[in-house]
Amino acid sequence: MISQLIFGIILIAALVLFYKNASKIYRNIKLGQSVNRFDRAGERLKIMLLVAFGQKKMFKRPIPALLHLFVYVGFCIINIEMLEIVIDGLFGSHRVLSSVLGGFYNVLIAGFEILAFLVLLGCVIFFVRRNVLKLKRLNQVELNNWPKTDANLILTAEILLMAAFLIMNAADYKLQQSAVEGYHSVGSFPISSYLVGILPDSISSLIVIERFAWWFHILGVLAFLNYLPISKHLHIILAFPNTYFTRLEPKGELNNMASVTEEVKVMLDPSLPPPTGEPSRFGVKDVQDLTWKNLLDAYTCTECGRCTSSCPANMTGKLLSPRKIMMDTRDRLEEVGKNIDKNGSFVEDGKGLLDTYISREEIWACTSCNACVEQCPVNINPLEIIIGLRQFAVMEESQAPSSINNMFSNLENNGAPWKYSQADRANWTNQ
Amino acid sequence: MENQIHIPTVAELMAKGESPDLLFWVGCAGSFDERAQRITKDICKILAHVGIKYAILGTEESCTGDPAKRAGNEFLFQMQAMMNIQVLDGYEIKKIVTACPHCFNTLKNEYPGLGGHYEVIHHTQLIQSLIDEGKLRPADGHEFKGKKITYHDPCYLGRGNDVYEAPRKALEVLDADLVELKRCKSNGLCCGAGGAQMFKEPEKGDKDINVERIEDVIESQASIVAAACPFCMTMLRDGVKVKEKEQEIKVLDIAEITVKANNL
Repeated sequence: MISQLIFGIILIAALVLFYKNASKIYRNIKLGQSVNRFDRAGERLKIMLLVAFGQKKMFKRPIPALLHLFVYVGFCIINIEMLEIVIDGLFGSHRVLSSVLGGFYNVLIAGFEILAFLVLLGCVIFFVRRNVLKLKRLNQVELNNWPKTDANLILTAEILLMAAFLIMNAADYKLQQSAVEGYHSVGSFPISSYLVGILPDSISSLIVIERFAWWFHILGVLAFLNYLPISKHLHIILAFPNTYFTRLEPKGELNNMASVTEEVKVMLDPSLPPPTGEPSRFGVKDVQDLTWKNLLDAYTCTECGRCTSSCPANMTGKLLSPRKIMMDTRDRLEEVGKNIDKNGSFVEDGKGLLDTYISREEIWACTSCNACVEQCPVNINPLEIIIGLRQFAVMEESQAPSSINNMFSNLENNGAPWKYSQADRANWTNQ
Repeated sequence: MENQIHIPTVAELMAKGESPDLLFWVGCAGSFDERAQRITKDICKILAHVGIKYAILGTEESCTGDPAKRAGNEFLFQMQAMMNIQVLDGYEIKKIVTACPHCFNTLKNEYPGLGGHYEVIHHTQLIQSLIDEGKLRPADGHEFKGKKITYHDPCYLGRGNDVYEAPRKALEVLDADLVELKRCKSNGLCCGAGGAQMFKEPEKGDKDINVERIEDVIESQASIVAAACPFCMTMLRDGVKVKEKEQEIKVLDIAEITVKANNL
């Protein structure tokens, strides 16, 4: 009874804490500028099903895709088992679903076991790729310190959780075989039955192990739930909305800035009335200038680095890394969020996304080739952020590289990016 | 020019009370860059050969504004766009073919929001449809038969607008030994010129992007790399030069290959 009460209290506390942190993230995302991504629901749903649910883009790289599929399917399905664990925890029952599901329960538990083993295997291989094989993509400079620790913590947590799940089943199975009271014989254990041999024979030790593994598993899951909001691992939830809200226009298209259109119309036709309303900032200096989708992108990024490893600038040694653009955006957004928590509303702190986090050298290295956008398995768009930062540098500060300024003035004066006269434009026709 | 075909301007047709069925948007590179001018002329040859009633804007054409937009100068882009739209709408232009994927992308995707609505195609799409209609057919014994040819996807044609098949179709009719680069189609590697990089020195790094790309071409062992963008053309040729492979590897636009294969 006491344990049921303790379990209930911990469960509610964990859910409340998660809700609190999740609403902060929601508030932070809402700091972004508005952009309409609520149209064309059918198309959006299809993209979400293919890209997030169906893992379509992961399979551009088959080996990690397969391992990730193990972990993904494993985690989704094993969550059904969580339902049983929660009910057992609250009501002190033993494997409550077995009475409801009958023979199918054995199939289910066998499936969970196989998936748990595959998750375990996947995570161990991921750990090796990251720390022993030291894949370049998983060891680049922007991952130094916390991001690497974060990744290893997540993998370790997943390995321990799955191990606890299998050990719990093994002990349960052994107790069932010994016909101990409260452990009625149910379930099929294709993986954990191999672990029975390493467990002690004493009934009391078995019960301790079974109970310990049970508690470790459920507390671990609740702790993991609350680790999500501070980790890079939010993609397990946000991948779904993030793919749903994907930009549907061709990748080559950049949005036209409506605020500029008004001013240009007046410039071309002085008889029009000047634009009214607050003069807005052109381009992106800080995270509040980005759209909410850019900010959702930043929280969704799990730092896999497919963007950076396909970036032509990064692979030729330039400072630009699209993954770092996303990580910086999130870090700055978290900082702005904390500022708001402390002061009630944002108080200028002399920092910004540009310069404090992302340097000019980075933004001017981009070729706008869309490789990063194409590669992202959850449809994040680092290019929009880079172009936004360029727009601020150019239109608000006139701080473009000098050769770019030359190109601008050629364009303005001659209608071509080079220093040729417009009158000579058709000379090729009679050469 | 060599074959002395007359290239009509829209103004000229208008003066005769006519209008073109198709506007050929030449682009800045196609107008001023010597290497790109040869591609421009070849596109004109194709248009003349199949008897499409086309015209260029000539001195009335101006940059679409693409490099300004990608470099963050939205004002300059929109100024260019609105002036071009005035000209295009003044001539009641309905359909445009471009020689440059950047012009193509900007006219097709970014002009409609500013009031310029046209049917825009890239010249590789035009070539593909002419092949499909049977209006273009490689001549017997043309020089590309059996040659090892590869194709470099321009970012603004491929990833930018999902045009992957048209340029490949134009090569498939050649009966050549076609090979794909290891990074191709949606995984294609940029030549290094996009996003206004064409007009500046690259940022500090340990390699130029076009050199990285030309290594893919060398690895493919192709003797011809087909391009479909004047900027890619420049970057690939520079890469070939850096690697001192001018004898082994030729960089040719799809339009040039088509003209040669058809003996135009």
